[in-house]
Amino acid sequence: MSLKMKINHLNLHYGDFHALKDVNIDITENAVTALIGPSGCGKSTFIRTLNRMNDLIDNVTITGEISLEGIDIKKCDVIELRKRVGMVFQKPNPFPMSIYENVIYGPKIHGAKDKKVLDAIVEKSLRGAALWEEVKDRLHKPALGLSGGQQQRLCIARVLAVEPEVLLMDEPTSALDPASTLKIEDLMEQLKKEYTVVIVTHNMQQAGRISDFTSFFLNGEIIESDKTENIFYKPRDKRTEDYITGRFG
Amino acid sequence: MNYNKLVDNVIKRILLLFAAISVITTIAIVFSLLGETVSFFKEVSIVEFFTDTRWTPLLEPKHFGILPLICGTLLITAGASLISIPIGLASAVFLSEYAGNRTRKILKPVLEILAGIPTIVYGYFALVTITPILQRLIPQTNIFNAASASIAVGIMTIPMVASLSEDAMKAVPNALRHGAFAIGSTKFEVVTKIVIPSALSSILASFILAISRAIGETMIVALAAGSTPKLTLNPLESIQTITGYIVQVSMGDTPRGSIESRTIFAAGMVLFMMTLLMNIISMLIVKKFRRVYD
Amino acid sequence: MSINTTNMKSRKLKSQIFYAIILICTLTTIAVLAALLISVFSKSIGWLNWNFLSSLPSRFPAKSGIKAGILGTLWVIGLTAIISFPLGIGAAIYLEEYSKKGWLKELIQINISNLAGVPSIIYGMLGLAVFVRQWGFGRSILSGALTMTILILPVLIVAAQEAIRSVPSSMRHGSYALGATQWQTITGVVLPYASSGILTGTILAIARAIGETAPMIMVGAAAFISFVPGGIMDSFTTIPLQIYSWTGKPQAEFQNVAAAGIVVLLAVLLLINSIAIILRNKYQDRVKS
Ligand SMILES: Nc1ncnc2c1ncn2[C@@H]1O[C@H](COP(=O)(O)OP(=O)(O)O)[C@@H](O)[C@H]1O
Ligand SMILES: [Mg+2]
Repeated sequence: MSLKMKINHLNLHYGDFHALKDVNIDITENAVTALIGPSGCGKSTFIRTLNRMNDLIDNVTITGEISLEGIDIKKCDVIELRKRVGMVFQKPNPFPMSIYENVIYGPKIHGAKDKKVLDAIVEKSLRGAALWEEVKDRLHKPALGLSGGQQQRLCIARVLAVEPEVLLMDEPTSALDPASTLKIEDLMEQLKKEYTVVIVTHNMQQAGRISDFTSFFLNGEIIESDKTENIFYKPRDKRTEDYITGRFG
Repeated sequence: MNYNKLVDNVIKRILLLFAAISVITTIAIVFSLLGETVSFFKEVSIVEFFTDTRWTPLLEPKHFGILPLICGTLLITAGASLISIPIGLASAVFLSEYAGNRTRKILKPVLEILAGIPTIVYGYFALVTITPILQRLIPQTNIFNAASASIAVGIMTIPMVASLSEDAMKAVPNALRHGAFAIGSTKFEVVTKIVIPSALSSILASFILAISRAIGETMIVALAAGSTPKLTLNPLESIQTITGYIVQVSMGDTPRGSIESRTIFAAGMVLFMMTLLMNIISMLIVKKFRRVYD
Repeated sequence: MSINTTNMKSRKLKSQIFYAIILICTLTTIAVLAALLISVFSKSIGWLNWNFLSSLPSRFPAKSGIKAGILGTLWVIGLTAIISFPLGIGAAIYLEEYSKKGWLKELIQINISNLAGVPSIIYGMLGLAVFVRQWGFGRSILSGALTMTILILPVLIVAAQEAIRSVPSSMRHGSYALGATQWQTITGVVLPYASSGILTGTILAIARAIGETAPMIMVGAAAFISFVPGGIMDSFTTIPLQIYSWTGKPQAEFQNVAAAGIVVLLAVLLLINSIAIILRNKYQDRVKS
């Protein structure tokens, strides 16, 4: 297994507030890396730095190095970076257009024009997000008419459509019902065959079920990063153990 | 206790009457226009009114074809929209998507001031500033011309387009922008493919409002556009709009009850219908495209 | 790969050009405002003086003054305020506090928003047909004020409705719990709470009326008035009307007189808007605390 992304001595400030403190993580290719930790510990902040979504926020200063396949992402073109490192958000955010248009939005801006190619991308992406069977007969209906779980899978399909290498997911199931959550968890198993997945969750069972590696965040610091089974069964740090066993958080 | 209830009831009825004034106003507008318009059409055939291409009610031989006035009105409206819609929308995009807090603090008041300036001032600006500039650029420009008035009407309606469109774009949830950025959109793509389409109904409604204002604008055209009813598309010529004609007749002393004085009500009726149509279109757009974000 | 990224350069260029266009358009707006103000103020220099403020109209530019316009505007706007204030607030109270959801409220509400889109000159024609002719008020201040009232009423009602709507319903419930009738609740709780909001909206609506010219032309306000009005049945002129007449005159010097008139008009509007803003800030402070 090779290294996809490497984060070195990452520090992030919102104004004076030190939100990420000397964070170091390796992201392994074709694996699911879970980020866990109590609310407000900096998980979202961290995952947003991986495709420079924090550029959109004023007053953020970032130091340290994040590399994608050995290249510093600061030196990458941000548009190209985000094409390679796509992101799915906590709340489903389908565009107010049809299901079909949602999926082809990305390919189109990146230059795909041919109708046949686009049709193929739509089917492939929706299959990839385990949504094809449910929506294949109503591709041209508004995406906002889908259920929450379907909307979230559509958002995953929308990202898959631009064929990213890394898939960032910030609590993708926290706004969903248990059935939809299960569907998306099942999806992870498939996704990691083709993509590198980084997922934030504050549901520990979920992290345990779907991830290969887990990092535990607390107050902007990484307390422990390891194989998921080690984190859950052989935590080295007392605070990790307390969190896993539900003593706080 | 009973006395109090009585007072409450009486007051409620009086207030209902106040609220009903708005309905009464609409009815009164229609009837006051209609009365004189009907008398007018007893003397002038409705066919002549809508097909004759000359409008010379104040000169012999009299002609009562409204088309030149409608043409003038539409010419001004088109010219004004060419200015207000792109500049207004661009300002809205700038305010909503690009401007930082400090820039907004300068720009918002500029728009508010522009919106608060009475139209008579824009009329003055058209005649005293815009026309001489046009004449220097294009020497054959008439001292009274449609272009100058159009530009001034356009400037006057920029704030309408800008502030309504800005509100609409601000209402688009940031989550949509982030979703688009997160798969590698440029800012241009986010604005034109996500933000503007999402806010489209209100943006279109703001265009219609600006168009409607341009149709009904009076003082600017009365001062700067001229008083020569003409079927022309040349913006450098002197023309006349419906509103301009109504003002012209009202400033002179046309005897009451004469056919000349009735023409303004017939013209006013056409104007009222045109703006009513715009109102209805705007309502339909808002209803049809309404999008609710959760 | 079915998707290439070779279009990156052109996309980013497009984005930058777009930004440049947006920026230029926005700056144009600022430049236009500056040009307008400079054009007016520079022409008014030397013409705006005490003589101008205290003289009646004249055939000679140097002797022309705006006194009749200022007083006429004061009369018309004062009377408009007196008439429209109770009507507007009353209508807003009815719509917000008394009327139930239903066709009547819907009808009135649609009417109000429709009236806001009717050109002001049409209101002038209504005033001409009804107040001047049918009711026989002639070309008087009263006709002018009634026309202005009808014109600003929709704006005023909407503003007052918003202010009333901002009153938390818990305050109403508190009053009802003490056994107050609806009217007692409105006068005792709702109106005091909403008062500065209502006042701000009203003042802004009236500021709009001050600049209106076309309706006053329709009801027959004369541009050339060589006396000061003394009652509501007198004929009158207003500041914008005088500006109109001066701007349209062929002698170039009258344009300077018009510019001086515009400065006076803008000063009046500035004053009124400042009052509204001060009131609004007070109001917001109180809502916050
Ligand atoms: N845009 C921002 N500006 C300032 N502070 C922020 C911003 N976003 C998040 N924070 C702060 O940074 C900390 C981490 O937030 P976040 O990354 O959202 O945590 P998590 O996703 O783990 O719940 C919190 O204390 C939060 O208040
Ligand atoms: Mg979070």
